[in-house]
Amino acid sequence: MTVAKRIIPCLDVNDGRVVKGINFVELKDAGDPVEIARSYNEQGADELTFLDITASSDNRGLLFDIIEKVANQIFIPLTVGGGVRNCDDIRNLLNVGADKVGINTSAILNPNFVSESSSRFGSQAIVVAIDAKKIDDHYEVFTHGGRNATGINAIEWAKKMADFGAGELLITSMDRDGTKKGFDNNLMKSISDVVDIPIIASGGAGSLRHLVDGIKEGEADAVLAASIFHYGEYSIKEAKKYMYEHGIEMRL
Amino acid sequence: MIAIIDYGIGNLKSVHNAVRYIAPKTPSKVSSDPDFINKADKVIFPGQGAMPDCIKELDKRGIRDVVIESAKKKPFLGICLGLQLLFEKSEEGDVDGFGIFEGRIKKFQPNKQVRIKIPHMGWNKVHQSKNHPMWNNINPGSSFYFVHSFYASDVKKEYVTGTTNHGEEFTCAIAKENIFAAQFHPEKSAELGLQLLDNFISWKI
Repeated sequence: MTVAKRIIPCLDVNDGRVVKGINFVELKDAGDPVEIARSYNEQGADELTFLDITASSDNRGLLFDIIEKVANQIFIPLTVGGGVRNCDDIRNLLNVGADKVGINTSAILNPNFVSESSSRFGSQAIVVAIDAKKIDDHYEVFTHGGRNATGINAIEWAKKMADFGAGELLITSMDRDGTKKGFDNNLMKSISDVVDIPIIASGGAGSLRHLVDGIKEGEADAVLAASIFHYGEYSIKEAKKYMYEHGIEMRL
Repeated sequence: MIAIIDYGIGNLKSVHNAVRYIAPKTPSKVSSDPDFINKADKVIFPGQGAMPDCIKELDKRGIRDVVIESAKKKPFLGICLGLQLLFEKSEEGDVDGFGIFEGRIKKFQPNKQVRIKIPHMGWNKVHQSKNHPMWNNINPGSSFYFVHSFYASDVKKEYVTGTTNHGEEFTCAIAKENIFAAQFHPEKSAELGLQLLDNFISWKI
């Protein structure tokens, strides 16, 4: 017996609203981030992730005031990602109430940023987010909300980021994001096999079965989902119960 | 008056948020002012990050002694690194802690066969080794949120108040007289974490 697997609802935030896209584009409004966060906290979510999805691509600042309002409402861990460029950004996010920050584009531009921030804030505060897309027979890392190809192999990158001091990896399959076809469990397992830190599966959850598969087949430590919860298809409670009934250790 | 010790490390805001949420009428302040810490009725000592850095930051602010003094006489709650710092010695950076509890801080070892990952991150069940006012209204075996790579080892049995399993059973809560310390984060452990903080606010020694 050990640590329970986690369900992490994800708030993709654009212009102060929670949105959901398909393959990272075609955004659809899902509501107010503060209200949605409060509701997930009450429903028993294990953590919450807040992604400012266009922060990197628009090259603009962080939504500190909204993040602070979200943090004030919830008593579970909060990860904030999107547009995190330097240690000051991290310090400021932790100061408004984030527990962990997600680093994506900035890690590609300067991998040492991950080791520096991890030694300064502790690895527990540093989540490296990897957006991967299948190209022929391998997975490649993309940045800027999935807009730019990097030529970097996603599995090797995951291992490197773990070695550089990431406390956790958030792996998103861009091919599956918003499709509701299930996580890319081959991608998840390939990464879980080569790192000792927890990994979060993201991109594609469309049913409760997919959450179970992400843990069992993808060997993820946590599953991240947005649309299946935002639009009320399933409650967090239902999802946890289902996973528990399928032999997964959960906090009920 | 509750002092939340500020030494420039970790997410103090969430601890303060949680305290204000459960006890809006109890004055509380995040502070590195030795006078304030000295005058406070109760002290919360949170912590995150690396132990050598924490000690350095405490010393930079000249508050190591006042924290140790508080731990000797008033209700004192250590959280995460705030538990680890109470011990004699840590493997992390090979530094000395406060030595209030005998024992040492060791690092978890990853294990692929049984899929033990480091850091130990997430919700895990806490076995209550003994009764304590801090466990009031919290059922044995309840889950709390953990995030850490180091843990307290060789703790005297009389001080072990809670244990958790991560590949092996380890001490996750300790208590002695006016001190209670937890490896998990009550401020991030939803209702039961708030209950634990509430228990601290009403704890009389």
